[in-house]
Amino acid sequence: MDKIKVLVAKPGLDGHDRGAKVVARALRDAGFEVVYTGLRQTPEQIAEAAMQEDVNVVAMSILSGAHPHLFPKVVNLVREKGMKDTLIIGGGVIPEGDIPALKEAGIAEVFTPGTPTTAIVDFIKANVK
Amino acid sequence: MSNEKIKAELEKYEAAVAKVVAKNPERAHLPEQRLYTPLDIKGVEAYTDEIGFPGEYPFTRGVQPTMYRGRFWTMRMYAGFSTAKASNERYRYLIANGGTGLSCAFDLPTQIGYDSDDPISEGEVGKVGVAIDSLADMEVLFDQIDLGKVSTSMTINAPASVLLSMYIAVAEEQGVPADQLRGTIQNDILKEYAARGTYIFPPKPSMRIITNIFEYCSKNVPKWNTISISGYHIREAGSTASQEIAFTIADGIAYVDAAIKAGMDVDDFAGRLSFFWNAHNNVLEEVAKFRASRRVWAKVMKERFGAKKPKSMMLRVHTQTAGSMLTAQQPNNNIIRVALQTAAAVMGGTQSLHTNSRDEALALPTQESVTIALRTQQIVANESGLADVIDPLAGSYYVEAMTDRIEKEAWDYIKKIDELGGAVAAIEKGYIQKEIQDSAYKWQMDVENKRRIIVGVNEYTMEEEPPKGLLKVDASVGVEQCKKLADLKAGKPINKMTKGRDNEAVKAALAELKDACKNEKENLMPHILKAVKTYATLGEICNVMREVFGLYEAHVSL
Amino acid sequence: MNIAEELLNGNRFALSKAITAIENEHENATEIMKTLYPHTGHAYVLGVTGPPGAGKSTLTDKLAKEYRQRGKTVGIIAIDPSSPFSGGAILGDRIRMNSLTLDEGVFIRSMGTRGSLGGLSHKTADAVKAMDAFGVDVIFVETVGVGQSEVDIVKAADTTMVVLIPGMGDDIQAIKAGILEIGDIFTINKADHDGADKLMTELNMMLDLDGVMKDWRPPILKAVANQNQGITEIVDTFKKHHDYIEGNGQLTVRRTERTKNEMLDLLDGRIGSYIRRRIVENGKLDEYVEAIKARKTDPYSVVGEVMESMLK
Repeated sequence: MDKIKVLVAKPGLDGHDRGAKVVARALRDAGFEVVYTGLRQTPEQIAEAAMQEDVNVVAMSILSGAHPHLFPKVVNLVREKGMKDTLIIGGGVIPEGDIPALKEAGIAEVFTPGTPTTAIVDFIKANVK
Repeated sequence: MSNEKIKAELEKYEAAVAKVVAKNPERAHLPEQRLYTPLDIKGVEAYTDEIGFPGEYPFTRGVQPTMYRGRFWTMRMYAGFSTAKASNERYRYLIANGGTGLSCAFDLPTQIGYDSDDPISEGEVGKVGVAIDSLADMEVLFDQIDLGKVSTSMTINAPASVLLSMYIAVAEEQGVPADQLRGTIQNDILKEYAARGTYIFPPKPSMRIITNIFEYCSKNVPKWNTISISGYHIREAGSTASQEIAFTIADGIAYVDAAIKAGMDVDDFAGRLSFFWNAHNNVLEEVAKFRASRRVWAKVMKERFGAKKPKSMMLRVHTQTAGSMLTAQQPNNNIIRVALQTAAAVMGGTQSLHTNSRDEALALPTQESVTIALRTQQIVANESGLADVIDPLAGSYYVEAMTDRIEKEAWDYIKKIDELGGAVAAIEKGYIQKEIQDSAYKWQMDVENKRRIIVGVNEYTMEEEPPKGLLKVDASVGVEQCKKLADLKAGKPINKMTKGRDNEAVKAALAELKDACKNEKENLMPHILKAVKTYATLGEICNVMREVFGLYEAHVSL
Repeated sequence: MNIAEELLNGNRFALSKAITAIENEHENATEIMKTLYPHTGHAYVLGVTGPPGAGKSTLTDKLAKEYRQRGKTVGIIAIDPSSPFSGGAILGDRIRMNSLTLDEGVFIRSMGTRGSLGGLSHKTADAVKAMDAFGVDVIFVETVGVGQSEVDIVKAADTTMVVLIPGMGDDIQAIKAGILEIGDIFTINKADHDGADKLMTELNMMLDLDGVMKDWRPPILKAVANQNQGITEIVDTFKKHHDYIEGNGQLTVRRTERTKNEMLDLLDGRIGSYIRRRIVENGKLDEYVEAIKARKTDPYSVVGEVMESMLK
């Protein structure tokens, strides 16, 4: 099995990166290779970085409420690059009611506040292709 | 009773406890020391120097002589979402229900100096706060609110100069002179670099803009708090209590240094510096933190900067309950958390307080949730008795010892940051960010390993129905805002404007601002105010500044 | 998709896939490299190394932009250390190059050291070839320069720049030996900080210490990467060094040496893994180990014996 490589990304303008950084470190400690993009990334930048790095997973975090717009956009752009199998997951302050639409749009799983990092690690291990 | 006698008795007690504990062990993961005695605190002879009296140096017991016996703290609820019109309605509701100050939340494009129609703003308009593109939006935001009476706090940093100018311009239209305005701009760029992320320009021009504001306001808007040096977000990013006050006071030192370097007298501006703390879960530690922070700042101002006026040495503080401690699980439990945090802030002696709403781990709060949060403050103020005596926990062996400990830890950090070349250098080296991240990671691991229990999250969990009735910001807000902006830029009148903006005047004002940006000696405030009054947009103004000042590139080390 | 063919057709995702195959030693990696090899040899390879916190990524970002301005396409391979405990890594260089992401003339790839450093230098060299075959003009290989391993990685470069910053104190003493030898160019980044002149003096002294007159005395440049200062000078100096080693034939010598070493390394690796596999498969490994443990024989004799029997 190849080493699992994950792009941890902060789409949009939201500056709250405590969660993204904690997750990045936890994934590193789980033995993954983690590319962290930093703040204020456009969906185009995230998709292109995912492609250049050939990551297995794109993990995004948004706390600003911009997820209904930005998450699906990233999914579409990543798929357009030819990355059919890339696992795309999201997290942040995301109301339960928004989750079905996000999953419909291709977000494999949504992790809300209070999720232990181990749940994210386990999900990735179980679902990565 | 002499120390020797206490020591002897304490030893007896500990020996007895050892036997008990051998049979019935204590709970795991507790602080090491189980009991505090007079041995843990400084003697009575240190009282006047270290603790003193309310309203007196070193202000450990509070900044006013009567504290809440005179009047309660300002109950200031942070609010803002969607359009200026929707936020205006929420503000007027809060005032009608006993809120005593306004606190404006702006959306992210506004906080980072982009117009709503900028491609980068897509999906963010009106989400975490109100969208302000120009003076026209600001006029609507404060419609029917008398700016001569209300005190307004604005959570705005990198473009604080622009939003303050808009506020001054709206007041002028209302017939309120600038020297009557009361309120606060956050204006604290250093913690944006370190913890909150809404920076625009690099440190050097940012520090210039901040000192420009200090200088302008000391002459023209003297009742305005020109900065709210914020530990809140540092704590939210995961720091400890000691780190919160240490890094924030280090930031404060950097601002004072910059202003003095720019030629100002410390006593001319220091009285307008204010602080912003987080009220976290550990009630007694938080009370100690508030007390320690006042003592550290007083000493910094007196001993390091030679301030003469007592006002310059007072750490006046706004507080918000810890947003990151709210849980998405069993959200009604958050009401209890907020009540305890409120008690901590009040016993800590805050000057104003925002209480979070129970549903904020899920979405922006509904009106009902906001009402409960405001009522929480009113109950603590009127029913609990906590506001009836000044600094009620002083003299508690535990709280005094913890106050001393937090003070010491803060001094150790401040020393370390001085060695690194001050707060700006420490941030540029990533030192402060790394310290915060390490604490955040430790907290998370403690929760995951159950060394720390969070009710409803890693213990006492249950199956829940998804919460209903959450506030949702309509996606059409962005569209509406962009349409208004297009009309404004095309010279058509919008909102209450009687005629459209004069695009030639806008161009001239922006060109003038650009020249001023290039001249380091020039104070930018009058130029920004002038541009704002032509209805130049926030994005247009910030773009000019971006051209001259460039962009900050974040230091990230994980 | 046929990765090699698509790569040669200019498909960026194929380039990405090729590097993944190299990194993870996929079965098809050798075939890919065979197809790509005839198309390599055009790119100029720049090594960038220096201690952690020297601002290498920011500098690389600015240098890449300068090359873009000069009409060149750029590839960047940024290498970060993997954790020896978990095997995981935070690949954090990209964060300082975000503004290059959407430039079609730039391709950035982050790699972790993954414990096996010998393997890494070989993988890096192959990743460089993949970018070369893709048609990139200039390739940066950026590593944290603290040990021998990183020195090996930069050997894939035609010109190597060592980045230092003021205020490193005694660190420079500790790392000087290794870096002095590999640096064709030295850059003092963050040169607006206190101590830049002192560092310059120290470096000059060290470089002249051996008293030998050289044709190419490594120049020491100053830069403030995050303010875009000193960037054009560095690119000009890269060009100067390139012209110098091309003019005196050193470039050819370096590349010949590299080709030879790469072939020998490949041979070592292949033979090594061939023999390993065989002695595991024929079950003799444990036997040998027990015999050595019991001091009935010794590792040296065993290796001789194995080679003798398998490589006849």
